[in-house]
Amino acid sequence: MTQLLAIGNGALSITAVLTGIGLVFAALLIAKLISPRSFTVRKSEPYECGIPTRGESMIQFKAGYYIFAILFLVFDVETIFLWPWSVVMKSLGVQGILCIAIFMFVLILGLAYAWKKGALKWE
Amino acid sequence: MFNFGNWTSAFNELLLGFMPEWGAVLLECVLIGVLVLLAYTVLALFYILYERKLCAWFQCRLGPMRVGKWGLLQVFADMFKILIKELICLKGTDRFLFKLAPYIIITSSVTMLACLPWGNGLQIIDWNIGIFFILAVSSVGVLGILLAGWSSNNKYTLIGAMRSGAQMISYELSLGLSLITICVFAGTMNITELVNAQNNAWFIFSGHIPAIIAFIIYVIAATAETNRGPFDLPEAEHELTAGYHTEYSGIHFGFFYLAEYLNLFIVSGIASLMFLGGWMPLHIPGWEGFNEVMNCIPSIVWFLAKAFFISFVIIWFKWTFPRVRIDQMLSFEWKYLMPFSLVNLVLMTVCVALGWHF
Repeated sequence: MTQLLAIGNGALSITAVLTGIGLVFAALLIAKLISPRSFTVRKSEPYECGIPTRGESMIQFKAGYYIFAILFLVFDVETIFLWPWSVVMKSLGVQGILCIAIFMFVLILGLAYAWKKGALKWE
Repeated sequence: MFNFGNWTSAFNELLLGFMPEWGAVLLECVLIGVLVLLAYTVLALFYILYERKLCAWFQCRLGPMRVGKWGLLQVFADMFKILIKELICLKGTDRFLFKLAPYIIITSSVTMLACLPWGNGLQIIDWNIGIFFILAVSSVGVLGILLAGWSSNNKYTLIGAMRSGAQMISYELSLGLSLITICVFAGTMNITELVNAQNNAWFIFSGHIPAIIAFIIYVIAATAETNRGPFDLPEAEHELTAGYHTEYSGIHFGFFYLAEYLNLFIVSGIASLMFLGGWMPLHIPGWEGFNEVMNCIPSIVWFLAKAFFISFVIIWFKWTFPRVRIDQMLSFEWKYLMPFSLVNLVLMTVCVALGWHF
C-alpha cells in the first residue's frame, strides 16, 4: 500500500497518530454533548471504600518498583544494541557472533550480579 | 493470492486522474484515517462480545443473550450507555494529566494497529524497522497508564499504576528478546519482508525448537503486557477496586476499556505476524495441490483467524490460572523468562550459524 500510493511512512505515521487523537476528541465531544451534568461536592471525593481520604495521595512510593525500573533501563538499552545486530547477523559471520557472544556474556553477568545483590527479590 | 494493492493502486490512479498529487495524498490520508478508525471500533466491539461469550462458555453460562439475536447488540447498548454517563473530574486531581492519559493510550494503540499486515497489500505503515517501531510505540502506552494512576489522586490508582508500570516494563524485555530471536532467524525487521519470508513455512515450523520456545515466551509476556489473565494484578478487583482507572467515569473509562481490548488484538496480531506467518496461508513445500487450496482462502481471513486464535488462548489463560502475587510475577520474569529468552537467543544464533533449520 505504501509504495503503491506514494505516501511516505512518516506521513502515514502522523495520520495514525492524528487518527488516535481525533478518536478521543470526537468521542469526548459526543459524550460532553449528551451526558448529564449534576456535579456535587460529595461526588468529587476520591473513591476509597466510603471512608474520607487521609493525607496526600500523590505520595513517595515503595522503592521496590524504582529498582526494577533501573534494571529495566539497563537491560532495555542493552537489548536495543541487539536489534540492529539481529538484522545483519548472517552477513557478519563468525566475527559478529563472537562479538555478540561477549556482549551477551556481559549482559548475563549483569543479571547475575543484580540477582546476587538481591535486587530481584521483592521485599 | 489476491493482492489488495491492486485495488489501492487503481484507486490512486483514479484520484490522480482528476486532482493534483497533493490533493490525492491528502484525500488518501483522510480515507486511511477513517478506515483505521472503523477497524478500531469494530474490532473493539467484536472483542468485547468475544471475550464475554468466551468467559460465559468457560463458566458453563450463556453470556449476553437478551439484546438482539444471541446478545449481538449488547456491545452497542454498552457503548451507548458509556457515552451517556457523566464525566467526573475529582477534586485534587491533576486535570491536565488526567485528561492527557486517554489520548496517549488510544494514540499508541491506533498507531500499532496501523502497522499490522492485514492482508496481501493491505498494510498502512511499513517502516524498514517495522517490528521495532511497533515495540517502541507499545512502550508509550505504559506512560498513559502511569499518568492515569498518578493524576487521579487516589491511593488505589497509584498502586495499580505502579504495579502496571513495573509489570509492563519488565515483561517488555522478554517480549523484545523473543522478537529479536525471530529477527535473527529472518534477518529483517520489515513487516512485509517478514511475511514474505514465511511463504514456504511459518517461522514457528521452520525455526523449530528456538522458534517454539520464543513463541511460548512471547505468549506469556504478551499476556502480561496486556494486563490480562493470571497477570491482571494492576486491576485486581479484590484489592484495588479497578486499578489505575478507578476514578475515570463515562467515556474516559471507555477509552481504557477500548485500548485494553485493542492491545489484546495487537499482541495477537504480532504473534501471528512473527510466528504464524501473518496473512500467509499454510504452505507445505511439495504439496502443490494443498497449497493451491489454501491460497483460495483470502489473506485477510488468514490473518484475522490466527489473531483470534491467539486471543482465544490468552483469554483461556485468564479463566484457567489463578492470579499471581506481585513478587511472584516479577521474579518469574527476571529469574525465569529473561534468562531463558537470552539463552534461547544464543540457541537461535547457533542454529542459524550452523544452518540447523528448514
